[in-house]
Amino acid sequence: MDKLVNRFSKVSSSSSATANAFEAEEYGYALPLGRGIEKMPMPEFSMPSLLDPTSFLQLHTDDASDPSCRIKINHGTTTLAFRFKGGIIVAVDSRATAGSYIASGTVKKVIEINPYLLGTMAGGAADCQYWETYLGIQCRLHELRNRERISVAAASKYLSNLVYSYKGMGLSMGTMICGWDKTGPALFYVDSDGTRLKGDLFSVGSGSTFAYGVLDQGYHYDLEDEEARELGRRSIYAAGHRDAFSGNTVNLYHVKEDGWEFIENVDINELHYDRKYGYGPRIEQEAADKAAAEAAAPGQPIAA
Amino acid sequence: MSIMELNGGSCVAMVGKGCVAIACDLRLGNQALTIACNHEKVFAATERTYYGLPGLASDTITVRDKLRQRVNLYAMKEERTIEPETFAHLVSSTLYERRFGPYFIEPVIAGINVKDEPFIAAMDLIGCLNFAKDFVVSGTASEKLFGMAESLWEPDLEAEDLFETISQTLLNAVDRDAYSGWGAVVWVIEKDKVTKRWLKARMD
Repeated sequence: MDKLVNRFSKVSSSSSATANAFEAEEYGYALPLGRGIEKMPMPEFSMPSLLDPTSFLQLHTDDASDPSCRIKINHGTTTLAFRFKGGIIVAVDSRATAGSYIASGTVKKVIEINPYLLGTMAGGAADCQYWETYLGIQCRLHELRNRERISVAAASKYLSNLVYSYKGMGLSMGTMICGWDKTGPALFYVDSDGTRLKGDLFSVGSGSTFAYGVLDQGYHYDLEDEEARELGRRSIYAAGHRDAFSGNTVNLYHVKEDGWEFIENVDINELHYDRKYGYGPRIEQEAADKAAAEAAAPGQPIAA
Repeated sequence: MSIMELNGGSCVAMVGKGCVAIACDLRLGNQALTIACNHEKVFAATERTYYGLPGLASDTITVRDKLRQRVNLYAMKEERTIEPETFAHLVSSTLYERRFGPYFIEPVIAGINVKDEPFIAAMDLIGCLNFAKDFVVSGTASEKLFGMAESLWEPDLEAEDLFETISQTLLNAVDRDAYSGWGAVVWVIEKDKVTKRWLKARMD
């Protein structure tokens, strides 16, 4: 009974405590410097008022087992990143799908955590966006506390431990944390299962197999800058072409010693037709080149 | 996994002034994987009656062959070519024959009859006919096609304008559908001429 009374009656004397709680909730980790950042609470989330919120969410969001589920989380992606002598190339597509519907073709799947760190987005768009932004805040705090930039290893481990604490609750993210620190260019794969891998080359998402196909045949550590960028572009193009849930545009980033640089945003259609990436246009181009060579030196055998 | 969405693909047909148009995309997929970009789904029943069969790719082929046989038998028995209206009923009853184990296709029909009147029709996978006066759509992008056609189509379009309208309808619809696209073909049927055009479409 007391419980009920407490719940439904608001007495003015308790309102000051409520106000404090409200302030903490409202400002949370966004409190200005020196006003309680040391306490820095973990963000709190409201849960569905059920015995088992996890299975409730699963029931309503798992598109694979039930296509008529009520909440469709944006899925389907191709992202890749690889280390080479000139730094790290990060390339992603920009399509977001909800079921078979292409919800957007202009999604930013590279999250700029800070001028030296990039994160990629695959899986739940909101999960990646929120937690990688949150990671950015933590990285900045690390910088202020320790008077030096956080290492990529530490940043990725922070994220990995964070998502692990939510394991089984439906977070869905497959991300690559890329950056340049004291050790040079570093690349980590982190996902919501809690996996954290250091490596030279990763691709994540529904189109990753297609990207790997192109990536593997063209990759070696001593690539020149332009060769490496072209490899990234070409890999995302291949995935966009073959995978129904990837496509629209390629976003290309290059991580160097002095931080990341945004290279370009290019439409996959333009790559296919105007830059002759597609094999139809490519064959036409080769035929035209052959004809031109034949016209220039008639009767001469043409070198393959 | 829906069997109607296994291979992907879409069709649309529209009525114009003394002409009709029918169009399809070219994708053949296995769920998310795009297998081929030359999979036409529109076929000729007669010189001026065409039909599209989006849905399960194996049934597209099976039903196309079955219809070819039945149209030829009709031509031999009746000693005349089949009218689009009659053809629509032929397709419908062919599908209803398999009421309890259907072919997984949703046909679209477009043609010009002996009185030079345009005719279009569509049906569901067990043959429920829909005689529309404006346009019909079918396939994985059908909702998006309805949206585009509803806003672009107008009565009494001449052949060239009808081509533009159906092309824009199809291209913009399949660009919002993950399972359709990768090329498109448009047929425009006039009383004395049929033109087939390939469209430059997005390839992703």
